Amino acid sequence: MRKIIEACGFHCIKINNLGVSFGEQVVLKDVNLHIHCGSLNAIIGKNGAGKSTLVRAILKDVPSEGTIEYRDTKNGKMKELKIGYVPQNINIEKNTPVSVYDLIASYEYHYPVFLPKNKKIYEEIKKNLEVFEAAKLIDKQVCNLSGGQLQRVLLSMAIMDRPKLLLLDEPVSGIDKTGMDLFYKTMDYLKSHYDLAIILISHDLDYVKKYADHVVLLDQTVLKQGTVKEVFESPEFAKVFSADYEEKWIKEDRKND
Amino acid sequence: MIDWTSWLEYGFMRNALLAVLIITPLFGLLGTMIVNKRMAYLSDALGHSALTGIAVGVVFGIQDTTISMVVFAVIFALLLNKISSSNAASTDTIISVFSSCSVAVGLAILSAGGNFSKYSAILVGDILSITRTEIIYLIIIFAVTILFWLFGFNFLNAVCIHRTVAKSKQIPVKLMDNLFAVLVALIVMLSIKWVGILIINALLILPAASARNISNNMREYHLFSLIFSVFSGVLGLIVSYYTNVATGPMIVILASVIYFATYLYGKKIR
Repeated sequence: MRKIIEACGFHCIKINNLGVSFGEQVVLKDVNLHIHCGSLNAIIGKNGAGKSTLVRAILKDVPSEGTIEYRDTKNGKMKELKIGYVPQNINIEKNTPVSVYDLIASYEYHYPVFLPKNKKIYEEIKKNLEVFEAAKLIDKQVCNLSGGQLQRVLLSMAIMDRPKLLLLDEPVSGIDKTGMDLFYKTMDYLKSHYDLAIILISHDLDYVKKYADHVVLLDQTVLKQGTVKEVFESPEFAKVFSADYEEKWIKEDRKND
Repeated sequence: MIDWTSWLEYGFMRNALLAVLIITPLFGLLGTMIVNKRMAYLSDALGHSALTGIAVGVVFGIQDTTISMVVFAVIFALLLNKISSSNAASTDTIISVFSSCSVAVGLAILSAGGNFSKYSAILVGDILSITRTEIIYLIIIFAVTILFWLFGFNFLNAVCIHRTVAKSKQIPVKLMDNLFAVLVALIVMLSIKWVGILIINALLILPAASARNISNNMREYHLFSLIFSVFSGVLGLIVSYYTNVATGPMIVILASVIYFATYLYGKKIR
């Protein structure tokens, strides 16, 4: 039997009155989210609804108003929030001499990557990659990985320093149907085996329906949030996603992926 | 018969060899990051700013123009860095404008009174005129660079691959960018008299670009870049002695030959 280490359920992340403006243009305003550890939170919305900006604001990559709190609900103490982030894509062009070992070691260790490989670090990275069935990729050049492989490598890097919040910015592009199934199964595995919460920007409503614990419908602000059922049956959801044009866009989006 | 060790009998050639043995590994190291970060444009602009630095020194009556060159270059590097990190669309155009403007100002000041020929040596450089004291400056910057590389390279690489991920891992993104730009500025300014404005960027870029053609990881990348850089430097110095050609251009010619060779070889193995 598989041993399940359940999330403790005693941590929560509160995002209060988050707002982002670029000059005159208001991109996000008054976003309030309450996120529990061990849950998969899907953010959905049309193009330009501010989904990516929300992720960047949580990462403090863009200046924002409002507060982000990370609390232990047992004793109410505030803690520093460790965030793992998996980007859509990384800045590696063809022929870049960076192996998977180089990539991960650069972010996680101080031992210089241009010196001969450090055995201990190598084994640690390998062990972490194994979680995502990517151990054999460790000596491959990053620019030669497929979309799915790169994603698994980035995921294993994101959870290496045990973050309490995992942020994924539209991670499904460049992956086929099997890859998508595997990805969402991995999300399921992560939330039940690690003590963390997941915020996932998703375009694929079918997968959201199947896997998400909490859905946030975003358009500049939170239009509706709750369980899958609550959100998908709400009038707000119908309004955003009803237009034929929108359906077509989602379908095409999936086809392109 | 040609005596292959005769060149070492001259003191200036020994000094030049020492200088080449310090400058080329430095350029080989820095080049790896300049090429990966796609900063070739920026380091070129920095090289050109040497003229302005000298001009500023002349205007303020500073005896040792190296100081004014270094100070100006550091400020210029930080400014250029700020421009390229602000997400303005046409950073290459803006950098080009700043660069041309500073070169023009430098040329205008230095050519006033019609004695630009006094400064024209800096365009091509002359490694044979280097003195012992100047070699000591190079050794100091060499040591600084090695230390920075040992402690900062992972961070630089992380920032280069993805800034936001680096930020999420608590890496000081802006600080690393600025430190690197300042280091490039220092090294370019301290070696420009010996290498020359016209070709300094080639020496920074070529060894790393050649290494990139045939490397799969960071260890190979650094190793090949260092080997190519030192090899073309030393061989260029010796060849230039026997053929009576300026040293800098000879080094660049050899480095270019290596680039084309690795390019063709890399195409074959990939």
